[in-house]
Amino acid sequence: MPNDNEIIDNIANKEYEFGFVTDIEMDILPAGLNENTIRYISEKKKEPEWLLEWRLKGFLAFQKQKLPEWQNFELPPIDFQKISYYAAPRNKKKYNSLDEVDPELLATFEKLGIPLSEQKALTGVAVDAVFDSISIATTYKDKLKELGIIFCSFGEAVQEHPELVRKYVGSVVPHSDNIFAALNAAVFSDGSFVYIPKGVRCPMELSTYFRINTENTGQFERTLIIADEGSYVSYLEGCTAPTRDENQLHAAVVELIALENAEIKYSTVQNWYPGDKDGKGGIYNFVTKRGICKGANAKISWTQVETGSAITWKYPSVILQGDNSTGEFYSVAVTRNRQIADTGTKMYHIGRNTRSRIISKGISAGHGNNSYRGLVQIGPKADDARNFTQCDSLLIGDQCGAHTFPYIESKNNTATVEHEATTSKIGEDQIFYLNQRGIDSEKAVALIINGYAKEVLNQLPMEFAVEAQKLLSITLEGSVG
Amino acid sequence: MLTIKNLHAEVEEKQILKGINLSVNAGEVHAIMGPNGSGKSSLASVLAGRENYQVTQGEVIFKGLNLLDMNPEVRAREGVFLAFQYPIEIPGVSNINFLKTALAEIRAHKGLPPLDAKEFLKMSREKQKLVEFDAQLVNRSLNEGFSGGEKKRNEIFQLAMLEPALSILDETDSGLDIDALRIVSKGVNKLRSENNAFIIITHYQRLLEYIVPDFVHVLYDGRIVKSGTKELALELEEKGYDWLKEDAREKATTI
Repeated sequence: MPNDNEIIDNIANKEYEFGFVTDIEMDILPAGLNENTIRYISEKKKEPEWLLEWRLKGFLAFQKQKLPEWQNFELPPIDFQKISYYAAPRNKKKYNSLDEVDPELLATFEKLGIPLSEQKALTGVAVDAVFDSISIATTYKDKLKELGIIFCSFGEAVQEHPELVRKYVGSVVPHSDNIFAALNAAVFSDGSFVYIPKGVRCPMELSTYFRINTENTGQFERTLIIADEGSYVSYLEGCTAPTRDENQLHAAVVELIALENAEIKYSTVQNWYPGDKDGKGGIYNFVTKRGICKGANAKISWTQVETGSAITWKYPSVILQGDNSTGEFYSVAVTRNRQIADTGTKMYHIGRNTRSRIISKGISAGHGNNSYRGLVQIGPKADDARNFTQCDSLLIGDQCGAHTFPYIESKNNTATVEHEATTSKIGEDQIFYLNQRGIDSEKAVALIINGYAKEVLNQLPMEFAVEAQKLLSITLEGSVG
Repeated sequence: MLTIKNLHAEVEEKQILKGINLSVNAGEVHAIMGPNGSGKSSLASVLAGRENYQVTQGEVIFKGLNLLDMNPEVRAREGVFLAFQYPIEIPGVSNINFLKTALAEIRAHKGLPPLDAKEFLKMSREKQKLVEFDAQLVNRSLNEGFSGGEKKRNEIFQLAMLEPALSILDETDSGLDIDALRIVSKGVNKLRSENNAFIIITHYQRLLEYIVPDFVHVLYDGRIVKSGTKELALELEEKGYDWLKEDAREKATTI
């Protein structure tokens, strides 16, 4: 019978299965950050003048800002001059069809379980594949076009739909929002762009898969999703990166805009390289995600399953501007080995009768440290606003940590704000009970974890819920406490 | 089916079982009685393979196999079932899903494929009826928010579903009101067959009025100090345990 220590050691030694590197010729900008870096990227992408100006404003804001100090972990020093801000697979400037994409790249995504040829693709899921700095393929584009849906790389949107990009970029996360958002505004390379026209219900899941491959690069993608009046879209992002000893920075920005009666469902399954058992290497996942319910009855729902990254630091938020609008945040964050997560959400209630719901499930194992940080803000005009927050922590072993930092600010006395929190441990008793019914310890932990995270996993699109469940089980394999 | 020979066990270096000998055949029901702290629940824990119990001497042969060599889950798959004195709550894991997983594991051990959804549902309905288990509880999270009685009845429902060869009921009667006791006993009686055996651990004779044992053993200070038939239980009810304690002490000093 394995004892606790052995089992806890097992998780520590569990290897990351997406740690391979693709060997492909790349155009890589030398490390360093100055105005020329930004001009280079902008020129490389043949951007209009206004966008370059916006980037430069972002760079100015970046230079003026300091790294935050309020987070619940020690932020390792980041040398922004040692990062390369642009890396793209060489040879083709633009792929007209999948046949022109380097087979090595297609093979990479296939290996990650993301087949890009439409025959092989998951039915009902359109994928935009981002490799280091650029988008290499977007599936089902034509089919979506028939409905007036735009789903393409950010770079393409700048060329083909500049009026939409110009109107909305930076409208939810301004170029000066925070130091990492400012950096992103300055150097963002690619990302996904989605526009759903009035009254259209997007018939398939839209999905972007982010892959960091090149050493010493950062990935700075920008995603912009606009759901016009009465439309609906469900979007999912996934991410992986090779195993490396150096830390790599991923500073993305996601902006969601839901107009009147529109609904956006945004799901993330994040599995960046977490670093090894001693905490060496891994991705710094510092992301700014924010959505705005601009019109009445709009709805934005964030669901995240965070299992990777050395440090995950993000607060997907919703600005509830339209009356009767709804914001939701469902999160499962797993930390093991030396991983750190400081994550949560912010719900800004501005309109009347706005609703928000926050379900956060933290799981800590090994020496992992998990913090929930959340803000519920009720503005003076948000009559009858309601919030419900449930914030649970599950501990495995006795070396890990779980923390909660809930902030509530209410300026309206008709508001109802509820907060519930629990902390529990996977008990030996629970494991033994399941053992006694014929279930081994590995399966028992998976059963308990999935039971614990069920409320969140249920929010994921069906195609991914099973994947996410497996990911959780694999991540915590052997983690009996 | 089960042969326990000279079983010694300790927990946290404290000797709890001091030489248990017991033989259980298929079709038999054995009751184990005894005062608090005599080692009754420890015996159940050792048989089920609870981690913090160390066997220091003796052997346990179950269906010709060395039970003590097996992990708890293997013992369960071989057909050892423990109805817990304090069933554990597992939030978020539905009762039925849990049973489906457990049954699939046990069947896989026997080289059988899992039951398909329809067969499983049918079986579950039949067993619910057999042990009078509330259908609503089947779909709830495992024991979460169940009353004491509901938890105990869930143990019997699980027993019915998993069809073990040897069932050990660890003070299943404690905390049950008379109606629940009757339902639980009725369930057990229906599940009795010539192919399975029961070890019923209890404090009181009350349960044995409903589940009539073939043998009654009295456990005191880690040893079985007296064995008999169901009349022994009645005698104990009348006289208490003290006369046996005296007996045991005398024996211990003469040895």
